[in-house]
Amino acid sequence: MLTKRIIPCLDIKDGRTVKGVNFVNLRDAGDPVELAQRYADEGADELVFLDISASEEKRKTLAKLVRDVAQAIDIPFTVGGGINALEDVGVLLDNGADKVSINSAAVRRPEMISEIANRFGTQCVVVAIDAKQIANDWIVHLVGGKVPTEKKLFEWAQEAVARGAGELLFTSMDHDGTKAGFANQALRQLSDIVTVPVIASGGAGTIQHFIDTFIEGNADAALAASVFHFKEIGIQELKNKLRLQKIQTR
Amino acid sequence: MSISIIDYGAGNIQSIRFALERLGFSATLTSDADIIQSSSHVIFPGVGEASSAMAKLKSTGLDTLIPALTQPVLGICLGMQLMCNSSEEGNTKGLGIFDTEVVRFATKRNVPHMGWNEVDGRGVLFTKITNNSHFYMVHSYYAKPNSNTVGTCTYDIDFAAAMAKDNFFGTQFHPEKSGQMGAQLLQNFLQL
Repeated sequence: MLTKRIIPCLDIKDGRTVKGVNFVNLRDAGDPVELAQRYADEGADELVFLDISASEEKRKTLAKLVRDVAQAIDIPFTVGGGINALEDVGVLLDNGADKVSINSAAVRRPEMISEIANRFGTQCVVVAIDAKQIANDWIVHLVGGKVPTEKKLFEWAQEAVARGAGELLFTSMDHDGTKAGFANQALRQLSDIVTVPVIASGGAGTIQHFIDTFIEGNADAALAASVFHFKEIGIQELKNKLRLQKIQTR
Repeated sequence: MSISIIDYGAGNIQSIRFALERLGFSATLTSDADIIQSSSHVIFPGVGEASSAMAKLKSTGLDTLIPALTQPVLGICLGMQLMCNSSEEGNTKGLGIFDTEVVRFATKRNVPHMGWNEVDGRGVLFTKITNNSHFYMVHSYYAKPNSNTVGTCTYDIDFAAAMAKDNFFGTQFHPEKSGQMGAQLLQNFLQL
């Protein structure tokens, strides 16, 4: 059986992880390579690196980081954050990234999804969507949820898939950071209308939240940051509990 | 030991090189016939579209070189698919090593089949690998089960996740991205 995937997310700034991490025995909690290796060893199924640096050196630093990560770990990983051009994607994939995640650039210029898919294959294009519920609609937002767009979640998701997205990473801005659970109703609706895997993001606080998002939300994968970084939930412990609920895991 | 990774412009070959380095081996990325022929092990990777990949192999003469190799050869993902008789993707002929055809998943489930799935494997590639271990897969087309199948995976239907014939081997999954079990499989191949 194809398993549900558990995906720790690392925020990167100028080649270092940001947000606190609380791993014991790590020589340096800011070293993304060391953290990535730790997660891979603990049984993470994939990793996502989100680069939030804005410096001009960004591209070079990121390419080197991707290479270092690819040399160290033996599970797939996705790199996102500020990817604007086809050349950016080529550099990341050439250095060993398996997938790239695009968000704002795809909203601003949706053709970019098909350009990446045509050149590198749909399997490497993850379209990340941040959305917030306003009245009865899920409205797509940019810049970490600060800037609303004209787009609605479900229409945009279908368009992204039609244009070649191989996977969707949906973050509910309403749930993100709350530790009160994932946006399962929207997730279920999303996975009903698209034929690519959907990654749930935003809201993980307890093991039950992961169980709920796989069962109620029908998510193919669940992404979280702080619950893993702060060791509130161990990956093996999480997977053991999922197995007890008959949820397939690796 | 001298390992060649066939470089024909078909993407993500760094990962396989890094995986070999983690096992303590270095590999040469090359399209040079002499280097490939004289190496002890050949890895034939690939991510992308079958008919254009096949066209690239033809334009470089690799389409006749690969089937004539006598040392252990491991095709991975698209590499494995190209070693079959034909592929529905771009309606192309293959290298005709494995006696089967590659077709697209006809399922209501997600395509590509993406993530970790169990493989029921046997034979030399799966030495020291727990049966029904999970391996990482990303593919929209699959090889039909056949007499060369040495590993079976199920996604609605059964498909050939690993094949072996004489000195030729192939895996649909990515051993270089499949954790410890993937590393063991690569190790098994390199010990042949």
